[in-house]
Parts: sequence; C-alpha cells; structure tokens
Amino acid sequence: MIRVGLGEGADLDGFRAAVRGLVARRAPPAEVSWCPAGQADLFGEGERGEESAAPVGLPRALSELIRLVVCHSDCERYALLYAAIWRVLNGERALLDIQSDPLVHRLEAMAKSVRRDLHKMHAFVRFRETRDPDGTERFVSWFEPQHFIVEASAGFFVERFRSLVWSILTPVGSLHWDCTALTIGPAAQRGDAPESDAFEDAWRCYYENVFNPARLNPKVMRQHMPEKYWRNLPEAASIAGLVQQAPKRAREMIAREAAEREKRDPLKAVAAMAGQGPQTLEELNRLIAASEPLTPGANRAVLGEGPMEPAVAFIGEQPGDQEEREGRPFIGPAGQLFDKALGEAGIDRSSVYVTNAVKHFKYEPRGKKRLHKRPNPGEVKRYRWWLQRELSFVRPKLVVAMGGTALLGLTGKPPSVLKTRGPIAFDGQPGYATVHPSYLLRLPDDAAQQEAYAAFREDLIAVRRLMGGSS
Amino acid sequence: MDEKLTTKLRILSDAAKYDASCASSGAPKRAAGLDGIGSTSNGICHAYTPDGRCVSLLKILLTNYCLFDCAYCINRRSSNVERARFTVEEVVSLTLNFYKRNYIEGLFLSSGIIRNPDHTMEQLVLAAKTLRREHGFAGYIHLKTIPEANPWLIEQAGLFADRLSINIELPSADSLARFAPEKKAASITGAMSQMKERIDEAKEDRRKFSPAGQSTQVIVGADATTDAALLNTSAVLYKDYALRRVYHSAFSPIPSPSAVLPMKAPPLQRENRLYQADWLLRFYGFTADEVASASRDGMLALDIDPKAAWALQNRERFPLDVNTADREMLLRVPGLGVRSVNKIVAARRHTRLRLADIGRLARSVKRLLPFLITADYRPTRISDRANLRPNLADAPVQGSLF
Repeated sequence: MIRVGLGEGADLDGFRAAVRGLVARRAPPAEVSWCPAGQADLFGEGERGEESAAPVGLPRALSELIRLVVCHSDCERYALLYAAIWRVLNGERALLDIQSDPLVHRLEAMAKSVRRDLHKMHAFVRFRETRDPDGTERFVSWFEPQHFIVEASAGFFVERFRSLVWSILTPVGSLHWDCTALTIGPAAQRGDAPESDAFEDAWRCYYENVFNPARLNPKVMRQHMPEKYWRNLPEAASIAGLVQQAPKRAREMIAREAAEREKRDPLKAVAAMAGQGPQTLEELNRLIAASEPLTPGANRAVLGEGPMEPAVAFIGEQPGDQEEREGRPFIGPAGQLFDKALGEAGIDRSSVYVTNAVKHFKYEPRGKKRLHKRPNPGEVKRYRWWLQRELSFVRPKLVVAMGGTALLGLTGKPPSVLKTRGPIAFDGQPGYATVHPSYLLRLPDDAAQQEAYAAFREDLIAVRRLMGGSS
Repeated sequence: MDEKLTTKLRILSDAAKYDASCASSGAPKRAAGLDGIGSTSNGICHAYTPDGRCVSLLKILLTNYCLFDCAYCINRRSSNVERARFTVEEVVSLTLNFYKRNYIEGLFLSSGIIRNPDHTMEQLVLAAKTLRREHGFAGYIHLKTIPEANPWLIEQAGLFADRLSINIELPSADSLARFAPEKKAASITGAMSQMKERIDEAKEDRRKFSPAGQSTQVIVGADATTDAALLNTSAVLYKDYALRRVYHSAFSPIPSPSAVLPMKAPPLQRENRLYQADWLLRFYGFTADEVASASRDGMLALDIDPKAAWALQNRERFPLDVNTADREMLLRVPGLGVRSVNKIVAARRHTRLRLADIGRLARSVKRLLPFLITADYRPTRISDRANLRPNLADAPVQGSLF
C-alpha cells in the first residue's frame, strides 16, 4: 500500500505531484491510500509526491473536474479522482462523457456542490466598511463556506473590487487585497470582522420593499438561499417578520376599495406633456452638442450653418478633421472645392444652409493623423432623427443631397449615387442629388477630376435654376 | 445613510417591484480598470425575498410621480400612493455603495413619466452615463425605455445600458386603450424595432449597443387574454424583435387599487405554467401552436405542466428508446430537461443505457417510466393507461394563501 500525504484543504499542487509519481510507478488505485492533512491515520502522515515525475496528459474536462473536486470537503475526494484518472489513462479516454457511470456521477455531483458553494460565496459575501489604524478604508466580510473554496473564489472578488481594499475572513482561511496584491491568510473568527455597516439598514429596507406579500413563497426562497447562510446575511433578519405579516397585508390589499384620488389630477402637466422635444433649432443643436457621439472617438458635434428658411440646404456626409477642430461644416479641402463650385455656379454660400447627415467625425487613427472613415449605414440611420428634425426647423425650399451618405440620411434607403443624380423628392419635398465634393478630390487623375468637377458644377447650376435663380 | 434617503428608497423600491425582470446575465465579459469598479457575471442572485424572487439588481424607480394613468399600475397619476423622487446623484451613489458591499450586480432603473417622456428618458440615460463615465462602473445596467420619448434617446441609452426593455404590459391594443390611455401600441413596437435594428447592427459592427438584448413583460390576468393568445404574442415577439425574454407576470393586487380592475389574488399557478410554456418555446423546440394544442379553450392545464399535457395528447409518439431516439424527441419527454438530454446523447455513444443509468442522468426516474425504453426496461403501452395524468401532476408550486 502506497500512502500519500497531502496538505490542508484543497491541495491541488500536492495532488498533481502525487498523481505524476503514482502514474510513473503504475500504481493502481486499490494500492493507494490518501491522507489529507489533519486526517492522518494510525500510521502517521503519508509520503509526499515527487516533483520530478513527468506531467500526465489528461482531457481538459477531467482537469477542470479535478480543479473543482479537490475543493470538496469529502475526505475521499483524492481517492475518487485518482480512480477516475486511472481509468481514463487505461483505455477509458471518454469516461467523462458517460455521466451515468457511478464514479463519474459521484464526481460530477461533488463538482456541482463545489460550484454551487462558489456561486453562493460570490453571491452572499457581505462587506462591511471599516478603517485600518492607518486610516485606510477597508471592506471586510465574514463568510462560512461549505467546502475548501476560499482561494478558488478569490479571482472573482479581485476582478470585481480591484480598486477597493478588502478582506474576506472565513473559518478555514482568509483573503486580503490591497489594490495590487492578494494575500492568503490564516483562518479567522467571526469577531475579527466589523459588526455593522452604515448601509445595512438601507439594504434591509430595500430587501423588505421589493418583497411582494401577495406572492409569498418561502419554500422557493429557502431552496435558493438555504437557512445555513442566513446568520451572515444582514437582510435575513427581516425574513420572519415579512413571512408572518404577508397574508394579512395581502388580504388587506384585496379587500381595499378603489379610492378617488385625494390630490387634484395634474391635468395641466398631462396636457403639457404633448409638447416635448426641442422646439427650435437652437434647442436641437444644444441637445446634439450635449449627446454622446454615435460614431466612436469623436470629440464634438459639428452643427449645421446658414440662414433659416433658405432657398436651398446642402447635406454632406460627415465633418472632417479640420471641421471637427474648428466646429464648422465644409471648411476643409472638400469645403473649399464646394465653395469654388458654388461661386462658379452663381450661388452665394452665405445664402444657403449647409449641414451633414452625420454630425460627428468618424476616423481611424494613423500615427498622429486621423484618417476619414466613411460612416456605415447603421451609423447614418442613428443620426437620421436629428437630420429630419433639423430640416423641419430650417425649412429649406430645396434640399440637395451630396453623396450616398446624405441620400441614405434623407431617405433611409441605401442609395446608388449614379442612379440618383438629378432632381429627386425627399418625403414629397423638392430635392436634388449629386456627388460629394470630396469624391472629386479622391479621383486619381487630373482629367477625370476635371470632368467630374465640371459635372458637379453643372449640378449646382441646375440647383440654382431650381432655386428660381434668386442668388 | 440618512433618513430622508432611506424613505425615498422605501417608496421607490416598493414602486419598482412589480417588474418581474431581475436578470443580470447576457452582458459581455467585462471588468473595470484600475480606478473603476465592477465586473459582469453569468447572473448572480445576491439574495432571495420570501416571495422566492431573486434580488440581483438594485431595482428602483427614479421617481414614482407619473403623468400616465395606467389602471394596473400602483404609480398611475390617480393613485394615492406616497410619492418620492431621487436625484440622479442619489441613484448613482446608492448603486455604488450597494455594489461595493456586494449586495447587487448592478442597477435596474425605471421611472414614472415626469414633465414629459423625453425628460424622463434623459434622466435615466444620465444616471447610466454618470455611472459608466464618472465612476468607471463596469457592473450591469438595465434601463427601462420610455417608448413615447424621442428616438434619439434610445440611441443614447443603448450606449450605456447592458439591457433595454419596454413592457408591453397588456397583450392587446384593445386592452391597452382601455387600461393605459396614454400608451400606444405603435410607439411600443416602433421603439422595439428600433432597438432590435441597433442591437443587430452593433453585433455586426462589433460595437456595444444594449449587448444583453431587450426583454419585455406582459401582465397575466388583468384582462381576458387566453394563454394561447399570450404564447402567440410571445412567439411573435421572439421572432420579430429577437427579444431575450418575455416575462409573464401575474397581475398582483396593489395597495391603491383602481376602480376598473378589481383586486384578487394573483394567478400564480397560471403564471408558472406560462413560464414553463415559455421555456418550451425557447429551448425545447415547441411552437406556440403545439403548446396551445394541449390547452383547453386556450388555457393551459393547471394540474400538469404544459410538456406533460402535450405528451398526454400525443401518446402514440411514446415510449421512446433512449438509446436511439432523436434529441428533438427526447426533449419532449416529460421530466427530461435539456441537460439530462445532453448527458444521455453523450453517454449513449459509448454505452447502452439501462434504467439505473437514466436514474443517474435525470432528476427523477419515476416520472419518466411510462415514456422511455431502455436496454433493460420497456413500459406497458401508455395509450392503455388511464391513470397517467394524476401521476404527472406536480405538487402545487405555490402554497395557498387564502
């Protein structure tokens, strides 16, 4: 008989070392006896595993099972695990798939119990705030787990409360986090934790009031929150009273007659409710400026510019780098080209309204530069509400969409610029579609650029004619 | 915490409890940076109240003042309930202080309609934004969407919330007009479509917009809608709006009742059967019509669960051989859950399953006996058995109160 000694609690490292040694010696489970610390039998402590033996390759599912089951409080845990390892290594590679096997069934039940205990610890730890002698704010909890899960539970608390200083004290060990490192400490006592916390009354108040007495069902509560946890849960002190009072409270609610409202109905307020939302362009612009960008990374919204009730409003795609810096639309290279074409077409820029379908600059950082990135259809749709409301305030006689994004913003439908060049109706209002001036800048050769520019200018001349030649 | 704030908490948590949802799952895995706080989980219930309901989130209203007059709601403007109003800062501070003590997974914030829907929605978004931006809060946030608010506010809400939801409350436009005069079915479905579109786009673009999806709640027993009609509504909602969950909530008496809806004990058993039926739709491959086919006058049986009721109507399909039957059919066996079926399918690749094996794979073998064939067991033909129904009846879930 080989006797293996292991450390206290969940000794995963000790077990791993032992298994390596035993597998190397081809020791069958029947010839091994396992002695966790504190359970030494008549023959004293067993031998420790050899660190030097080679690692044993196990299916991932079995490693996961081992990690959980070593935390179980059952002193047979190591023997059961080794029996499963032995079978897996000796022809039953798929053993864990067969959960009807009595050994697998038992191990799975143990793993489930550990998993549940971990879950309950994550749920039922209650921190109380206290101050260390040096003035540090510390959150301390006393918790009594069923299995050896203190270390296994730590990752969850570290991740969640990384910026707090905290301690979790239990009868089998303690955890201490100082915002940078985790320390595993010795067993503690209930008296080591603070007795109260300034927010516990509020928490109990909350707990009592989210309970609906007409739905009393203490059985289900006990299933999920077994009584053994109650003594460390501040809210549990309210349970008895809530259960006792519930039938009476429910009966009273049912017996109660409908009453007339004691206070006057807020009829004026109800009537006023209808007139919600921005009432002027200024209000809308304030709202857009205060909103979170719906394309990531933008610094500020670039709003429309120009007179109200103009003969024409030009809708572009989105502000560029320079537009965003200065907070004005159409002032970058494309804007300058637009101005030039406007002039040549005989339209005065100060007499028209210009704005963009998307109000924020979408870009891709490339070193120090921010490269323009075309907004995708979803993004354009997210900005439609604002564009529609904006035009309803501006009330232009003619709306000109420059490029596909503007068309999508105005119609909500995916456009093809080539098919929709020329006069078009937006929601029954007169409109006109053309290319975006930045398209001209992107054309590779001069000839194509000049040809496209001429066509763009022709479009603007057509727009001027539609405006009635007023400019 | 000071007394005035505790009073507000009392009123505004009481006012929020009629919303059944407390889910905190489905959010992307996330943890706060060094100066923030919080993380997401697969859903942790930090406490259970004596009604058996889970407390996962700080579920409160920003205010229970309300300009709407929905008959079923404790907070309707004609109710005599005590009123209160949190500031956004109070909500933020309460959330953080509860979270630091490990009481909650996050915040579920809703509100009565004050001033107007836009203003109310702006306040809800502001609370979420403040938690995320100013406090680096990485816990779970569920915001109630006010469908009457302007659509750009939904665009904002989705940037900060893990889940958005709109409660349909009443399953028909007719009931809505009668009991919730300020609400319109069209604004509700419009806002749900907008949210669905954004959630879908965000997934494609790998952005964050309400990553845990949207859900809704329907009240059961306030109007005459049948179970079959409710399940049909659910099926449509799952299909058209890709809802994560349709909650059915038994209409509960409220302390300040309305004259149009007489108070009675909530139909909890009916709610439970609808809950089971909802699972059949979502995880067991049943259609709403199949579930309804086993109902009477459109109402689910109360003595047995809807899966057992379906099996009794379709006895000729049983018994099934556990060693050969399709997974889809095994899911239809009363008493076999998704997990048990998965275990059976995995195990039978390597071994011939016997009755004792099934005993280890399923929760209770007694219920299964009439429906299964194993390597060493074959039941009498169930079409010949008259006493099947009482054997399938489960003990009433809810102890009777009255």
